Amino acid sequence: MTEETIREAKQEVLGTITIYIMGKGYEVPSGLTIMSAIEYAGYKFVRSCGCRAGFCGACATVYRKETEHKLTFTLACQTLAEEGMYLVQLPFVPAAKSIYDLDKIELVGNTILEHYPEIARCVSCNTCTKSCPQDIEVMKYIQAALRGDAARCAQLSFDCIQCGLCAMRCPADIKHYHVAQMARRLYAKFLAPKTPQLDVRNKELEDGKFDKELDRYEKLDKKELVALYKARDHEEGDSS
Amino acid sequence: MILIRGYPEYMRESIANVEATRAARLKQTFSAMSLAERDEVLNKFHPDYKPEGKRRLKIGQSTDEGFPHELANLLEAHPLVQPGDVDLKQVDYDVDILIIGGGGAGTVAALWAIREGISPDRILITTKLRHGDANSMMAQGGIQAADRANDSPLHHYLDAIGGGHFTNKPDLVKAMVMDGPKIIKWHQELGVMYDREKDGTFVERHGGGTSRMRMHSAKDYTGMEIMRVLRDEARNLKVPVQEFTPAVELITDDKDQVAGAVLYNLETSQYFVCRAKSTILATGGYGRLHIQAFPTTNHYGATADGLVLAYHVGARLRDMDSVQYHPTGAAFPEPLVGLLCTEKLRSMGAQPVNKDGHAFVYPLEPRDVESAAFLRECYGKKLGIETLTGLQGVWLDTPMIELISGEGAIWKNLAAMARQFKRFGVDMVKDPILVCPTLHYQNGGVEIDPTGATMDIKGLFAGGEVTGGVHGKNRLMGNSLLDYNVFGMRAGIAAAKHAKKAHVGKLTLNHVKGYERMLKEAGIVTDRKAPMVLPEYRGTAALSRALDLDL
Repeated sequence: MTEETIREAKQEVLGTITIYIMGKGYEVPSGLTIMSAIEYAGYKFVRSCGCRAGFCGACATVYRKETEHKLTFTLACQTLAEEGMYLVQLPFVPAAKSIYDLDKIELVGNTILEHYPEIARCVSCNTCTKSCPQDIEVMKYIQAALRGDAARCAQLSFDCIQCGLCAMRCPADIKHYHVAQMARRLYAKFLAPKTPQLDVRNKELEDGKFDKELDRYEKLDKKELVALYKARDHEEGDSS
Repeated sequence: MILIRGYPEYMRESIANVEATRAARLKQTFSAMSLAERDEVLNKFHPDYKPEGKRRLKIGQSTDEGFPHELANLLEAHPLVQPGDVDLKQVDYDVDILIIGGGGAGTVAALWAIREGISPDRILITTKLRHGDANSMMAQGGIQAADRANDSPLHHYLDAIGGGHFTNKPDLVKAMVMDGPKIIKWHQELGVMYDREKDGTFVERHGGGTSRMRMHSAKDYTGMEIMRVLRDEARNLKVPVQEFTPAVELITDDKDQVAGAVLYNLETSQYFVCRAKSTILATGGYGRLHIQAFPTTNHYGATADGLVLAYHVGARLRDMDSVQYHPTGAAFPEPLVGLLCTEKLRSMGAQPVNKDGHAFVYPLEPRDVESAAFLRECYGKKLGIETLTGLQGVWLDTPMIELISGEGAIWKNLAAMARQFKRFGVDMVKDPILVCPTLHYQNGGVEIDPTGATMDIKGLFAGGEVTGGVHGKNRLMGNSLLDYNVFGMRAGIAAAKHAKKAHVGKLTLNHVKGYERMLKEAGIVTDRKAPMVLPEYRGTAALSRALDLDL
């Protein structure tokens, strides 16, 4: 492809589309994310904008296209704006979490169910799963929690960014993402296998095993440090 | 424009070159650079080494030091809040510890201040967006801690200080490496889901510039997993948090101590006076200043507010001449430009490759060296790939990951990345991704001592990216998550100890008057105001017709 054809290709990209922000139409360049398109139109975000990279769940967005009956759920920073989108953002999710002290919890019976009894009202409609912008099997992890399987709930829910769309759609008023948060903490603290090596190293640190040598390092001048740095041996192996 | 599996035809031609050399490259290892070779590529190609990118600051504790123009513009600017604007006699929040910033460092500081005996209701976290909206949430690759038997804090110390070109503050590095295993243990007790082998051993990998495999991870959502657990714990302990309420100026007292801050509700424009015995700056970095017009991986709120506030009260900033450009920001597709492609991709075997399909650099040099090598390949050797919007990038050959670690390795370990690209039509399991350096981290910042106290500013503590010294002029992967945990903890403890004996005098904004005097004496005439609080991304067409009516 020549430089000229690259330029032509750029021209083609620069078409415009019309989007509707809370019902008001704006003409914006195509190729922008929903978030950038809303900004292009003149909106300055305070809410509904966070990491801009799909990790924080601040920009949960609901839209329906002019010609479609289906309501779609997505993240504004992770989706291209398209012609005819009717957009509204969800700036806040009212969903209280259960308050607990992990150090006082004993894993007998179904701890998660005790803290979130509403999970028993799940009607398996799968609306939560359909509304998840991370493609998580939300209903499945709620079912796992209901069975008391914290490990399965933790694994299935791991990629949750806590945007809250599931909780806003649930006909049974379940606060899925808080349930999952508790499951992951329970799993990691009580169920995941642990290595004794971590305690060995911490004991060594408490006993001052490295203190003397590190105090010496701290006082070295640059030349001496460079020599030590160069002389380091490198552990082989890059992957798991 | 026709895209073939996510890429235009001319990129597909280059990808064919990458595929043709893949089998041979799998068997090659590209050797790491010597210190002299590193210096050469840095000097010629790293943006920090361009003199036109910065200027000598005219005022304050860091006068005459080189600062990027974009930051100097905020420091050589009028404070946003002037003494006549606010009534300090009416105190809205009276607390032991005010924590400015609700990201990783701020949340850790609150948790450890509570362990140190401060009641949660005597703490206030104030933050400009939501609790947890921070770069901490976005860190993907991992957290370093020297806990394996063949590793030690000594190895970690040398790696960190060599990676920082021997400019790091030694006592801070020592504090960080010694606390590493303690932090991992604390996380384990809090219920952070680290990647482990079946027997419980942590999965630990290399990062750029490490001599031992000590990168702990939680898939490629490491930062998110730690941050959401910390936030959940803060909620369990009922730590008060004011969201969408940035601190816009610090408050001092008649004894020249920092004694709280002026807070501002972004939604109602109401201000609040917060009086505090100890104040902790945990405001994060400055990626959204787009230094030298680079794209950034950073959070929407990363606008250097903490640096500005600290500078107003006379704090010293160090190593501000050095900016971390992450070598692998996304260069294509357009909506992903600048976003982080975790270093873990290279840890797991993805090689950087030029447009002809040739490897040209050891994949895991320290970040500044790796970035400079990418820029050399693109702009020096003209072997980069140009995107539709004129950006230059190189390939990161992600399909190698599964050839090395087996089918499914990408979705198992790098789901965030794979998902991000898939959303825009690129399958990184089958095709390489196009990357270029992106503004990632503020290496320097407010100078602190090993307890997390700022130098010479009584009552002011700091932790995390806003601070400077521990990373010197270049941070290694996995040391930022460790940094904010270690120094968030230390600042929280030190602030708690200070609060138990501190007495706050009459509240003033005298330092603002002093700052205005300095501006005048230095002959700085400007309309600029700081802090910035939020960056400006509104379209120029809309902005040019904006009318500020008092309705």
